[in-house]
Amino acid sequence: MRPFEYSRASSVGEARTLGGRFIAGGTNLLDLMKLEIETPEKIVDITRLPLNEIKETGDGGLKIGALVTNSVLAADERIRRDHEVLSRALLAGASGQLRNKASTGGNLLQRTRCGYFYETSQPCNKREPGSGCAAIGGFNRIHAILGASTNCIATHPSDMAVAMMALDAVVETEQADGHNREIPLRDFYRLPGDTPHIENELKDGELIVNIRLPKPKAGYHVYRKVRDRASYAFALVSVAAIVKMDGSEIAEASLAFGGLAHKPWRDPKLEAMLVGQTPKRKLFEDVADALLADAQGQGENDFKIPLARRTLISVLSEATQGA
Amino acid sequence: MNVTLSINGRDHALDIDPRTSLLDACRDHLGLTGSKKGCDHGQCGACTMLVNGRRINACLTLAVMHENDAITTVEGLGTAENLHPMQASFVEHDGYQCGYCTPGQVVSAVGMLGEIGDGWPSHVTKDIKTGTEISGDEIRERMSGNLCRCSAYPNIVDAISAAAGKTKEPA
Ligand SMILES: Cc1cc2nc3c(=O)[nH]c(=O)nc-3n(C[C@H](O)[C@H](O)[C@H](O)COP(=O)(O)OP(=O)(O)OC[C@H]3O[C@@H](n4cnc5c(N)ncnc54)[C@H](O)[C@@H]3O)c2cc1C
Ligand code: SF4
Ligand code: FES
Ligand code: FES
Repeated sequence: MRPFEYSRASSVGEARTLGGRFIAGGTNLLDLMKLEIETPEKIVDITRLPLNEIKETGDGGLKIGALVTNSVLAADERIRRDHEVLSRALLAGASGQLRNKASTGGNLLQRTRCGYFYETSQPCNKREPGSGCAAIGGFNRIHAILGASTNCIATHPSDMAVAMMALDAVVETEQADGHNREIPLRDFYRLPGDTPHIENELKDGELIVNIRLPKPKAGYHVYRKVRDRASYAFALVSVAAIVKMDGSEIAEASLAFGGLAHKPWRDPKLEAMLVGQTPKRKLFEDVADALLADAQGQGENDFKIPLARRTLISVLSEATQGA
Repeated sequence: MNVTLSINGRDHALDIDPRTSLLDACRDHLGLTGSKKGCDHGQCGACTMLVNGRRINACLTLAVMHENDAITTVEGLGTAENLHPMQASFVEHDGYQCGYCTPGQVVSAVGMLGEIGDGWPSHVTKDIKTGTEISGDEIRERMSGNLCRCSAYPNIVDAISAAAGKTKEPA
Protein backbone atom coordinates (compact mmCIF):
# COMPACT_ATOMS: atom_id res chain seq x y z
CA MET A 1 0.00 0.00 0.00
CA ARG A 2 1.26 3.50 -0.83
CA PRO A 3 1.73 5.88 2.10
CA PHE A 4 -1.06 8.40 2.70
CA GLU A 5 -1.94 11.15 5.08
CA TYR A 6 -4.82 10.27 7.40
CA SER A 7 -7.29 12.66 8.97
CA ARG A 8 -10.60 12.23 10.70
CA ALA A 9 -13.50 14.59 10.02
CA SER A 10 -15.81 15.57 12.85
CA SER A 11 -18.38 17.41 10.74
CA VAL A 12 -19.63 17.33 7.18
CA GLY A 13 -18.13 20.78 6.62
CA GLU A 14 -14.77 19.61 7.90
CA ALA A 15 -14.87 16.51 5.69
CA ARG A 16 -15.30 18.79 2.72
CA THR A 17 -12.53 21.19 3.61
CA LEU A 18 -9.97 18.55 4.61
CA GLY A 19 -9.87 17.45 0.97
CA GLY A 20 -8.93 13.87 0.14
CA ARG A 21 -10.46 10.52 -0.48
CA PHE A 22 -13.31 9.66 1.88
CA ILE A 23 -13.19 6.35 3.69
CA ALA A 24 -16.31 4.83 5.26
CA GLY A 25 -16.42 1.04 5.81
CA GLY A 26 -13.15 0.75 3.93
CA THR A 27 -14.10 -2.69 2.63
CA ASN A 28 -13.67 -1.71 -1.00
CA LEU A 29 -11.23 1.18 -0.80
CA LEU A 30 -8.65 -0.59 1.41
CA ASP A 31 -8.93 -3.78 -0.63
CA LEU A 32 -8.01 -1.76 -3.74
CA MET A 33 -5.34 0.30 -1.93
CA LYS A 34 -3.56 -2.88 -0.82
CA LEU A 35 -3.24 -3.82 -4.48
CA GLU A 36 -2.27 -0.24 -5.39
CA ILE A 37 -5.20 0.03 -7.77
CA GLU A 38 -6.36 2.99 -5.69
CA THR A 39 -3.51 5.24 -4.56
CA PRO A 40 -4.94 8.23 -2.68
CA GLU A 41 -2.44 10.57 -1.06
CA LYS A 42 -4.91 11.78 1.53
CA ILE A 43 -7.61 9.80 3.32
CA VAL A 44 -10.45 11.50 5.17
CA ASP A 45 -12.12 9.22 7.72
CA ILE A 46 -15.83 10.06 7.66
CA THR A 47 -16.98 7.32 10.03
CA ARG A 48 -17.52 9.73 12.92
CA LEU A 49 -19.90 11.99 11.01
CA PRO A 50 -23.50 12.05 12.27
CA LEU A 51 -24.83 10.26 9.18
CA ASN A 52 -25.83 6.94 10.68
CA GLU A 53 -29.55 7.32 11.18
CA ILE A 54 -32.59 6.30 9.18
CA LYS A 55 -35.20 9.04 9.46
CA GLU A 56 -38.75 9.31 8.26
CA THR A 57 -39.40 12.05 5.71
CA GLY A 58 -42.62 14.05 5.67
CA ASP A 59 -43.98 12.31 2.58
CA GLY A 60 -43.83 8.76 3.95
CA GLY A 61 -40.36 8.01 2.66
CA LEU A 62 -37.08 7.39 4.47
CA LYS A 63 -33.80 9.25 4.57
CA ILE A 64 -30.89 6.87 5.06
CA GLY A 65 -27.64 8.38 6.34
CA ALA A 66 -24.67 7.55 4.12
CA LEU A 67 -22.94 5.78 7.03
CA VAL A 68 -25.79 3.44 7.99
CA THR A 69 -24.28 -0.03 7.68
CA ASN A 70 -25.66 -2.59 5.27
CA SER A 71 -26.63 -4.85 8.21
CA VAL A 72 -28.47 -2.15 10.12
CA LEU A 73 -30.29 -1.08 6.97
CA ALA A 74 -31.30 -4.65 6.11
CA ALA A 75 -32.57 -5.25 9.66
CA ASP A 76 -34.45 -1.97 10.03
CA GLU A 77 -38.11 -2.73 10.72
CA ARG A 78 -39.39 -0.09 8.32
CA ILE A 79 -37.20 -1.35 5.50
CA ARG A 80 -38.24 -4.96 6.17
CA ARG A 81 -41.89 -4.01 6.23
CA ASP A 82 -42.17 -1.40 3.47
CA HIS A 83 -39.15 -1.84 1.21
CA GLU A 84 -38.56 -5.57 1.47
CA VAL A 85 -36.74 -5.78 -1.86
CA LEU A 86 -33.96 -3.65 -0.34
CA SER A 87 -33.55 -5.84 2.76
CA ARG A 88 -33.47 -8.90 0.52
CA ALA A 89 -30.84 -7.42 -1.80
CA LEU A 90 -28.62 -6.38 1.11
CA LEU A 91 -28.91 -9.79 2.76
CA ALA A 92 -27.95 -11.47 -0.51
CA GLY A 93 -24.70 -9.49 -0.64
CA ALA A 94 -21.25 -10.13 0.83
CA SER A 95 -20.96 -11.70 4.34
CA GLY A 96 -22.12 -10.92 7.86
CA GLN A 97 -18.76 -9.35 8.71
CA LEU A 98 -18.65 -7.22 5.57
CA ARG A 99 -22.23 -6.00 5.92
CA ASN A 100 -21.41 -4.83 9.44
CA LYS A 101 -18.79 -2.47 7.99
CA ALA A 102 -20.09 -1.64 4.53
CA SER A 103 -21.90 1.70 4.44
CA THR A 104 -24.84 2.78 2.30
CA GLY A 105 -22.77 5.46 0.51
CA GLY A 106 -19.74 3.20 0.03
CA ASN A 107 -21.86 0.38 -1.32
CA LEU A 108 -23.17 2.62 -4.11
CA LEU A 109 -19.60 3.53 -5.06
CA GLN A 110 -17.97 0.10 -4.90
CA ARG A 111 -15.96 -0.67 -8.01
CA THR A 112 -16.16 -3.51 -10.50
CA ARG A 113 -14.90 -7.03 -9.80
CA CYS A 114 -13.45 -7.39 -13.33
CA GLY A 115 -10.34 -9.56 -12.88
CA TYR A 116 -8.22 -7.35 -15.12
CA PHE A 117 -9.13 -4.24 -13.15
CA TYR A 118 -7.61 -6.06 -10.16
CA GLU A 119 -4.53 -7.28 -12.05
CA THR A 120 -2.17 -4.35 -12.42
CA SER A 121 0.04 -6.12 -15.00
CA GLN A 122 -2.89 -6.11 -17.46
CA PRO A 123 -4.28 -3.34 -19.65
CA CYS A 124 -7.48 -1.82 -18.26
CA ASN A 125 -9.05 1.45 -19.36
CA LYS A 126 -10.88 1.82 -16.09
CA ARG A 127 -7.72 1.56 -14.01
CA GLU A 128 -5.42 3.24 -16.52
CA PRO A 129 -7.30 5.22 -19.17
CA GLY A 130 -6.04 4.52 -22.67
CA SER A 131 -4.27 1.26 -21.83
CA GLY A 132 -6.88 -1.00 -23.45
CA CYS A 133 -9.33 -3.59 -22.18
CA ALA A 134 -7.99 -7.07 -21.53
CA ALA A 135 -11.47 -8.44 -20.81
CA ILE A 136 -12.55 -8.06 -24.44
CA GLY A 137 -11.47 -11.38 -25.89
CA GLY A 138 -10.22 -12.47 -22.46
CA PHE A 139 -11.82 -14.05 -19.42
CA ASN A 140 -15.15 -12.29 -19.39
CA ARG A 141 -17.61 -14.68 -17.80
CA ILE A 142 -18.86 -12.07 -15.30
CA HIS A 143 -18.98 -9.18 -17.78
CA ALA A 144 -21.72 -7.03 -19.27
CA ILE A 145 -24.24 -7.96 -21.95
CA LEU A 146 -25.99 -4.57 -22.05
CA GLY A 147 -24.66 -1.04 -22.52
CA ALA A 148 -20.98 -2.02 -22.83
CA SER A 149 -18.53 -0.18 -25.07
CA THR A 150 -15.42 -1.11 -27.00
CA ASN A 151 -13.45 0.44 -24.12
CA CYS A 152 -14.93 -1.45 -21.17
CA ILE A 153 -17.34 -4.33 -20.62
CA ALA A 154 -17.29 -4.33 -16.80
CA THR A 155 -20.37 -4.75 -14.59
CA HIS A 156 -21.37 -2.92 -11.42
CA PRO A 157 -21.28 -5.43 -8.57
CA SER A 158 -23.71 -3.95 -6.04
CA ASP A 159 -26.87 -5.79 -5.02
CA MET A 160 -28.14 -2.91 -2.86
CA ALA A 161 -28.00 -0.43 -5.74
CA VAL A 162 -30.20 -2.68 -7.90
CA ALA A 163 -32.96 -2.68 -5.29
CA MET A 164 -32.57 1.07 -4.76
CA MET A 165 -32.90 1.58 -8.50
CA ALA A 166 -36.24 -0.27 -8.45
CA LEU A 167 -37.29 1.88 -5.47
CA ASP A 168 -36.45 5.19 -7.24
CA ALA A 169 -33.91 6.22 -4.61
CA VAL A 170 -32.38 9.69 -4.66
CA VAL A 171 -28.77 10.47 -3.68
CA GLU A 172 -28.35 13.62 -1.57
CA THR A 173 -24.88 15.14 -1.63
CA GLU A 174 -22.84 18.05 -0.41
CA GLN A 175 -20.38 19.37 -2.96
CA ALA A 176 -16.87 20.59 -2.21
CA ASP A 177 -18.09 24.22 -2.31
CA GLY A 178 -20.79 23.49 0.29
CA HIS A 179 -23.72 23.35 -2.12
CA ASN A 180 -26.19 20.54 -1.72
CA ARG A 181 -27.77 18.66 -4.57
CA GLU A 182 -29.96 15.67 -5.26
CA ILE A 183 -29.30 13.10 -7.94
CA PRO A 184 -31.94 10.48 -8.73
CA LEU A 185 -30.17 7.11 -8.67
CA ARG A 186 -31.39 6.47 -12.17
CA ASP A 187 -29.24 9.41 -13.38
CA PHE A 188 -26.36 8.70 -10.98
CA TYR A 189 -24.39 6.02 -12.81
CA ARG A 190 -22.75 6.29 -16.22
CA LEU A 191 -22.26 3.80 -19.01
CA PRO A 192 -18.58 3.15 -19.85
CA GLY A 193 -18.51 4.86 -23.26
CA ASP A 194 -14.97 6.08 -23.81
CA THR A 195 -14.47 7.14 -20.18
CA PRO A 196 -14.95 3.95 -18.16
CA HIS A 197 -12.88 5.42 -15.31
CA ILE A 198 -15.71 7.92 -14.66
CA GLU A 199 -18.45 5.79 -13.13
CA ASN A 200 -20.98 8.24 -11.74
CA GLU A 201 -22.02 11.88 -11.65
CA LEU A 202 -20.22 12.79 -8.39
CA LYS A 203 -17.73 15.64 -8.67
CA ASP A 204 -14.34 15.72 -6.96
CA GLY A 205 -14.77 16.01 -3.21
CA GLU A 206 -18.55 15.60 -3.33
CA LEU A 207 -19.84 13.76 -0.27
CA ILE A 208 -22.89 11.50 -0.26
CA VAL A 209 -24.85 12.60 2.79
CA ASN A 210 -28.09 10.64 2.55
CA ILE A 211 -29.92 8.29 0.27
CA ARG A 212 -33.63 8.96 0.17
CA LEU A 213 -36.36 6.45 -0.54
CA PRO A 214 -39.70 7.83 -1.69
CA LYS A 215 -42.88 6.55 -0.10
CA PRO A 216 -43.16 2.74 -0.07
CA LYS A 217 -44.10 0.91 -3.25
CA ALA A 218 -46.92 -1.44 -2.44
CA GLY A 219 -47.03 -4.90 -3.94
CA TYR A 220 -44.98 -8.06 -4.00
CA HIS A 221 -41.25 -7.47 -3.51
CA VAL A 222 -38.62 -9.90 -4.71
CA TYR A 223 -34.86 -9.86 -5.20
CA ARG A 224 -33.60 -12.87 -7.10
CA LYS A 225 -29.84 -13.32 -7.26
CA VAL A 226 -28.28 -16.01 -9.42
CA ARG A 227 -24.68 -16.78 -8.55
CA ASP A 228 -22.04 -19.52 -8.56
CA ARG A 229 -22.49 -20.35 -4.85
CA ALA A 230 -25.56 -20.23 -2.64
CA SER A 231 -23.96 -17.58 -0.44
CA TYR A 232 -21.08 -15.08 -0.41
CA ALA A 233 -20.70 -14.63 -4.16
CA PHE A 234 -21.40 -11.74 -6.52
CA ALA A 235 -24.41 -11.87 -8.83
CA LEU A 236 -24.13 -13.28 -12.33
CA VAL A 237 -27.65 -12.00 -12.92
CA SER A 238 -30.03 -10.43 -10.44
CA VAL A 239 -33.54 -9.06 -10.70
CA ALA A 240 -35.28 -6.71 -8.29
CA ALA A 241 -39.02 -6.59 -8.85
CA ILE A 242 -42.00 -4.94 -7.22
CA VAL A 243 -45.34 -5.84 -8.73
CA LYS A 244 -48.77 -4.67 -7.64
CA MET A 245 -51.89 -6.41 -8.86
CA ASP A 246 -55.39 -5.00 -9.27
CA GLY A 247 -57.66 -8.01 -9.48
CA SER A 248 -56.30 -10.09 -12.32
CA GLU A 249 -54.38 -7.22 -13.91
CA ILE A 250 -50.92 -5.86 -13.22
CA ALA A 251 -51.44 -2.38 -11.76
CA GLU A 252 -47.85 -1.29 -11.19
CA ALA A 253 -44.42 -2.77 -11.85
CA SER A 254 -40.89 -1.74 -11.07
CA LEU A 255 -37.91 -3.73 -12.32
CA ALA A 256 -34.13 -3.38 -12.06
CA PHE A 257 -31.30 -5.71 -12.98
CA GLY A 258 -27.81 -6.49 -11.69
CA GLY A 259 -24.91 -8.29 -13.31
CA LEU A 260 -25.90 -7.17 -16.80
CA ALA A 261 -24.26 -3.79 -17.24
CA HIS A 262 -21.85 -1.11 -16.04
CA LYS A 263 -24.68 0.17 -13.88
CA PRO A 264 -27.78 -1.26 -12.24
CA TRP A 265 -30.09 -1.55 -15.25
CA ARG A 266 -33.55 -0.05 -15.46
CA ASP A 267 -35.70 -0.03 -18.58
CA PRO A 268 -39.06 1.77 -18.16
CA LYS A 269 -40.46 0.32 -21.38
CA LEU A 270 -40.58 -3.12 -19.73
CA GLU A 271 -42.74 -1.74 -16.94
CA ALA A 272 -45.05 -0.08 -19.46
CA MET A 273 -45.45 -3.41 -21.27
CA LEU A 274 -46.65 -5.04 -18.04
CA VAL A 275 -49.06 -2.47 -16.66
CA GLY A 276 -52.74 -3.14 -17.43
CA GLN A 277 -52.03 -6.66 -18.67
CA THR A 278 -53.12 -10.04 -17.37
CA PRO A 279 -50.10 -12.08 -16.32
CA LYS A 280 -49.24 -14.87 -18.72
CA ARG A 281 -46.18 -16.68 -19.90
CA LYS A 282 -46.24 -15.07 -23.37
CA LEU A 283 -46.27 -11.58 -21.85
CA PHE A 284 -43.30 -12.38 -19.62
CA GLU A 285 -41.40 -13.78 -22.60
CA ASP A 286 -42.08 -10.64 -24.60
CA VAL A 287 -40.86 -8.45 -21.73
CA ALA A 288 -37.69 -10.52 -21.38
CA ASP A 289 -37.09 -10.32 -25.12
CA ALA A 290 -37.52 -6.55 -24.97
CA LEU A 291 -34.97 -6.33 -22.14
CA LEU A 292 -32.47 -8.35 -24.13
CA ALA A 293 -33.15 -7.05 -27.63
CA ASP A 294 -29.76 -5.32 -27.77
CA ALA A 295 -27.88 -7.79 -25.57
CA GLN A 296 -24.46 -8.78 -26.75
CA GLY A 297 -22.36 -11.62 -25.37
CA GLN A 298 -18.58 -11.43 -25.22
CA GLY A 299 -17.89 -15.15 -25.48
CA GLU A 300 -17.56 -16.53 -21.97
CA ASN A 301 -20.59 -14.57 -20.77
CA ASP A 302 -22.96 -15.57 -23.60
CA PHE A 303 -24.83 -17.71 -21.07
CA LYS A 304 -26.02 -14.56 -19.30
CA ILE A 305 -28.48 -13.82 -22.12
CA PRO A 306 -30.64 -16.95 -21.64
CA LEU A 307 -29.98 -16.80 -17.89
CA ALA A 308 -31.32 -13.23 -17.64
CA ARG A 309 -34.31 -14.19 -19.79
CA ARG A 310 -35.26 -17.17 -17.64
CA THR A 311 -34.62 -15.35 -14.39
CA LEU A 312 -36.89 -12.48 -15.36
CA ILE A 313 -39.68 -14.81 -16.54
CA SER A 314 -39.44 -16.76 -13.30
CA VAL A 315 -39.45 -13.63 -11.15
CA LEU A 316 -42.47 -12.20 -12.96
CA SER A 317 -44.41 -15.46 -12.49
CA GLU A 318 -43.59 -15.47 -8.79
CA ALA A 319 -44.39 -11.80 -8.30
CA THR A 320 -47.74 -11.85 -10.12
CA GLN A 321 -48.86 -14.98 -8.29
CA GLY A 322 -47.69 -13.72 -4.92
CA ALA A 323 -49.17 -10.24 -5.28
CA MET B 1 0.75 8.20 14.18
CA ASN B 2 -0.52 7.85 17.74
CA VAL B 3 -3.64 5.88 18.51
CA THR B 4 -5.10 4.28 21.61
CA LEU B 5 -6.93 1.03 21.05
CA SER B 6 -9.18 -0.58 23.62
CA ILE B 7 -8.78 -4.31 23.17
CA ASN B 8 -10.33 -6.94 25.41
CA GLY B 9 -10.97 -4.29 28.03
CA ARG B 10 -7.40 -2.91 28.12
CA ASP B 11 -6.11 0.30 26.55
CA HIS B 12 -3.02 0.10 24.36
CA ALA B 13 -1.20 3.26 23.21
CA LEU B 14 0.46 2.71 19.86
CA ASP B 15 2.58 4.72 17.45
CA ILE B 16 1.89 3.18 14.07
CA ASP B 17 1.95 3.84 10.33
CA PRO B 18 -1.62 4.82 9.29
CA ARG B 19 -1.53 1.97 6.76
CA THR B 20 -1.58 -0.62 9.56
CA SER B 21 -4.74 -2.72 9.53
CA LEU B 22 -6.48 -3.48 12.81
CA LEU B 23 -5.41 -7.08 12.26
CA ASP B 24 -1.73 -6.21 11.85
CA ALA B 25 -1.85 -3.84 14.82
CA CYS B 26 -3.03 -6.70 17.02
CA ARG B 27 -0.80 -9.40 15.60
CA ASP B 28 2.43 -7.49 14.91
CA HIS B 29 2.36 -4.69 17.47
CA LEU B 30 0.48 -6.12 20.44
CA GLY B 31 1.38 -9.80 20.30
CA LEU B 32 -2.29 -10.76 20.01
CA THR B 33 -1.79 -13.48 17.42
CA GLY B 34 -5.03 -15.36 18.01
CA SER B 35 -6.70 -13.61 15.09
CA LYS B 36 -5.35 -15.06 11.86
CA LYS B 37 -4.55 -13.65 8.44
CA GLY B 38 -5.89 -15.91 5.71
CA CYS B 39 -6.37 -13.64 2.72
CA ASP B 40 -5.92 -10.01 3.88
CA HIS B 41 -8.82 -9.07 1.52
CA GLY B 42 -12.05 -9.67 3.40
CA GLN B 43 -12.66 -13.00 1.74
CA CYS B 44 -12.00 -15.66 4.40
CA GLY B 45 -13.05 -14.45 7.85
CA ALA B 46 -9.93 -15.74 9.67
CA CYS B 47 -9.32 -12.23 11.04
CA THR B 48 -12.82 -11.75 12.49
CA MET B 49 -13.00 -9.50 15.59
CA LEU B 50 -15.87 -7.86 17.41
CA VAL B 51 -15.97 -4.07 17.31
CA ASN B 52 -18.54 -2.63 19.69
CA GLY B 53 -20.08 -6.11 19.77
CA ARG B 54 -20.37 -6.55 16.01
CA ARG B 55 -18.19 -8.91 13.97
CA ILE B 56 -15.99 -7.42 11.24
CA ASN B 57 -13.00 -8.39 9.09
CA ALA B 58 -10.04 -6.79 10.88
CA CYS B 59 -7.89 -7.00 7.74
CA LEU B 60 -10.08 -4.50 5.87
CA THR B 61 -10.02 -1.68 8.39
CA LEU B 62 -7.32 0.70 9.59
CA ALA B 63 -6.28 0.57 13.22
CA VAL B 64 -6.25 4.38 13.40
CA MET B 65 -9.97 4.39 12.61
CA HIS B 66 -10.78 2.54 15.85
CA GLU B 67 -9.92 5.00 18.60
CA ASN B 68 -12.56 4.69 21.37
CA ASP B 69 -14.06 1.50 19.94
CA ALA B 70 -14.38 -1.58 22.15
CA ILE B 71 -12.52 -4.35 20.34
CA THR B 72 -12.76 -8.03 21.27
CA THR B 73 -10.37 -10.61 19.85
CA VAL B 74 -10.48 -14.34 20.46
CA GLU B 75 -8.09 -13.79 23.40
CA GLY B 76 -10.81 -11.72 25.03
CA LEU B 77 -13.48 -14.42 24.80
CA GLY B 78 -11.89 -17.08 26.99
CA THR B 79 -8.65 -18.54 28.24
CA ALA B 80 -7.22 -22.05 28.08
CA GLU B 81 -8.36 -22.62 31.67
CA ASN B 82 -11.71 -20.94 31.24
CA LEU B 83 -13.03 -21.45 27.74
CA HIS B 84 -15.87 -19.41 26.33
CA PRO B 85 -18.88 -21.72 25.77
CA MET B 86 -18.38 -21.36 22.01
CA GLN B 87 -14.75 -22.46 22.31
CA ALA B 88 -15.73 -25.39 24.54
CA SER B 89 -18.35 -26.41 22.02
CA PHE B 90 -15.82 -26.40 19.16
CA VAL B 91 -13.61 -28.70 21.26
CA GLU B 92 -16.49 -30.96 22.18
CA HIS B 93 -17.79 -31.23 18.59
CA ASP B 94 -14.39 -31.42 16.92
CA GLY B 95 -15.15 -28.23 14.99
CA TYR B 96 -11.73 -27.99 13.31
CA GLN B 97 -8.85 -29.92 11.80
CA CYS B 98 -5.75 -27.73 11.35
CA GLY B 99 -7.32 -24.98 13.49
CA TYR B 100 -6.19 -22.03 11.40
CA CYS B 101 -9.69 -20.71 10.68
CA THR B 102 -10.96 -21.55 14.16
CA PRO B 103 -10.39 -18.27 16.04
CA GLY B 104 -12.23 -16.46 13.25
CA GLN B 105 -15.01 -19.05 13.27
CA VAL B 106 -15.43 -18.78 17.04
CA VAL B 107 -15.50 -14.98 17.16
CA SER B 108 -17.77 -14.82 14.11
CA ALA B 109 -20.15 -17.37 15.67
CA VAL B 110 -20.38 -15.34 18.87
CA GLY B 111 -21.11 -12.18 16.86
CA MET B 112 -23.59 -14.07 14.69
CA LEU B 113 -25.60 -15.30 17.68
CA GLY B 114 -25.75 -11.72 18.91
CA GLU B 115 -27.23 -10.71 15.55
CA ILE B 116 -29.87 -13.44 15.76
CA GLY B 117 -30.54 -12.34 19.33
CA ASP B 118 -31.23 -8.84 18.02
CA GLY B 119 -33.72 -10.26 15.53
CA TRP B 120 -31.65 -9.59 12.42
CA PRO B 121 -32.90 -11.57 9.41
CA SER B 122 -30.71 -13.40 6.89
CA HIS B 123 -30.84 -14.34 3.23
CA VAL B 124 -32.49 -17.68 4.12
CA THR B 125 -35.05 -16.27 6.57
CA LYS B 126 -38.44 -17.13 5.07
CA ASP B 127 -40.44 -14.18 6.37
CA ILE B 128 -38.17 -11.27 7.19
CA LYS B 129 -41.06 -9.22 8.51
CA THR B 130 -41.55 -11.43 11.53
CA GLY B 131 -38.28 -12.79 12.77
CA THR B 132 -35.81 -15.55 12.70
CA GLU B 133 -34.98 -18.76 14.50
CA ILE B 134 -31.72 -20.61 14.85
CA SER B 135 -31.43 -23.53 12.45
CA GLY B 136 -28.71 -25.32 10.51
CA ASP B 137 -29.63 -23.38 7.38
CA GLU B 138 -29.50 -20.06 9.22
CA ILE B 139 -26.10 -20.90 10.71
CA ARG B 140 -24.65 -22.00 7.35
CA GLU B 141 -25.87 -18.84 5.60
CA ARG B 142 -24.78 -16.48 8.36
CA MET B 143 -21.34 -18.12 8.68
CA SER B 144 -20.61 -18.07 4.93
CA GLY B 145 -18.03 -15.32 5.47
CA ASN B 146 -15.82 -17.82 7.34
CA LEU B 147 -14.07 -20.26 5.07
CA CYS B 148 -12.47 -23.47 6.32
CA ARG B 149 -9.79 -24.92 4.05
CA CYS B 150 -10.04 -28.24 5.90
CA SER B 151 -13.78 -28.22 5.28
CA ALA B 152 -14.70 -28.96 8.87
CA TYR B 153 -18.06 -27.37 8.16
CA PRO B 154 -20.42 -30.11 9.42
CA ASN B 155 -18.77 -30.10 12.84
CA ILE B 156 -18.53 -26.31 12.91
CA VAL B 157 -22.30 -26.13 12.40
CA ASP B 158 -22.81 -28.75 15.13
CA ALA B 159 -20.56 -26.85 17.52
CA ILE B 160 -22.39 -23.58 16.92
CA SER B 161 -25.85 -25.19 17.12
CA ALA B 162 -24.97 -26.76 20.44
CA ALA B 163 -23.46 -23.55 21.81
CA ALA B 164 -26.45 -21.53 20.67
CA GLY B 165 -28.44 -23.02 23.50
CA LYS B 166 -25.84 -22.05 26.09
CA THR B 167 -24.14 -18.85 24.90
CA LYS B 168 -25.07 -15.49 26.29
CA GLU B 169 -24.85 -12.24 24.32
CA PRO B 170 -21.33 -11.39 23.05
CA ALA B 171 -19.03 -9.66 25.56
C1 LIG C 1 -15.16 -10.60 -0.27
C2 LIG C 1 -16.19 -9.58 -0.64
C3 LIG C 1 -17.44 -9.98 -1.10
C4 LIG C 1 -18.41 -9.02 -1.42
N1 LIG C 1 -19.62 -9.45 -1.92
C5 LIG C 1 -20.56 -8.53 -2.28
C6 LIG C 1 -21.81 -8.91 -2.83
O1 LIG C 1 -22.10 -10.10 -2.97
N2 LIG C 1 -22.69 -7.95 -3.18
C7 LIG C 1 -22.40 -6.62 -3.02
O2 LIG C 1 -23.25 -5.79 -3.35
N3 LIG C 1 -21.23 -6.22 -2.52
C8 LIG C 1 -20.30 -7.14 -2.14
N4 LIG C 1 -19.09 -6.72 -1.64
C9 LIG C 1 -18.76 -5.30 -1.68
C10 LIG C 1 -19.20 -4.52 -0.47
O3 LIG C 1 -20.61 -4.42 -0.49
C11 LIG C 1 -18.55 -3.14 -0.58
O4 LIG C 1 -17.18 -3.30 -0.38
C12 LIG C 1 -19.10 -2.15 0.42
O5 LIG C 1 -20.49 -1.97 0.25
C13 LIG C 1 -18.39 -0.81 0.29
O6 LIG C 1 -18.82 0.05 1.33
P1 LIG C 1 -17.74 0.73 2.31
O7 LIG C 1 -18.48 1.61 3.23
O8 LIG C 1 -16.86 -0.29 2.91
O9 LIG C 1 -16.95 1.60 1.24
P2 LIG C 1 -15.47 2.20 1.28
O10 LIG C 1 -14.51 1.12 0.93
O11 LIG C 1 -15.25 2.96 2.53
O12 LIG C 1 -15.60 3.23 0.09
C14 LIG C 1 -15.86 2.85 -1.24
C15 LIG C 1 -15.77 4.09 -2.12
O13 LIG C 1 -16.80 5.01 -1.80
C16 LIG C 1 -16.26 6.27 -1.41
N5 LIG C 1 -17.16 6.75 -0.36
C17 LIG C 1 -17.56 6.07 0.74
N6 LIG C 1 -18.50 6.76 1.41
C18 LIG C 1 -18.70 7.91 0.72
C19 LIG C 1 -19.56 9.03 0.89
N7 LIG C 1 -20.42 9.12 1.92
N8 LIG C 1 -19.51 10.03 -0.01
C20 LIG C 1 -18.66 9.97 -1.08
N9 LIG C 1 -17.83 8.94 -1.27
C21 LIG C 1 -17.85 7.92 -0.40
C22 LIG C 1 -14.84 6.00 -1.02
O14 LIG C 1 -14.03 7.13 -1.22
C23 LIG C 1 -14.49 4.87 -1.94
O15 LIG C 1 -14.14 5.36 -3.21
C24 LIG C 1 -18.12 -7.66 -1.27
C25 LIG C 1 -16.88 -7.25 -0.78
C26 LIG C 1 -15.92 -8.19 -0.46
C27 LIG C 1 -14.60 -7.72 0.06
S1 SF4 D 1 -13.82 -4.57 -18.69
FE1 SF4 D 1 -13.41 -2.49 -17.93
S2 SF4 D 1 -12.57 -2.92 -15.90
FE2 SF4 D 1 -12.35 -4.84 -17.07
S3 SF4 D 1 -10.34 -4.75 -18.15
FE3 SF4 D 1 -11.85 -3.89 -19.53
S4 SF4 D 1 -11.66 -1.68 -19.09
FE4 SF4 D 1 -10.82 -2.71 -17.32
S1 FES E 1 -7.70 -12.24 6.56
FE1 FES E 1 -9.37 -10.91 6.83
S2 FES E 1 -10.94 -11.89 5.74
FE2 FES E 1 -9.22 -13.12 5.27
S1 FES F 1 -9.74 -26.18 10.47
FE1 FES F 1 -8.21 -25.97 8.93
S2 FES F 1 -8.92 -24.20 7.90
FE2 FES F 1 -10.60 -24.65 9.16
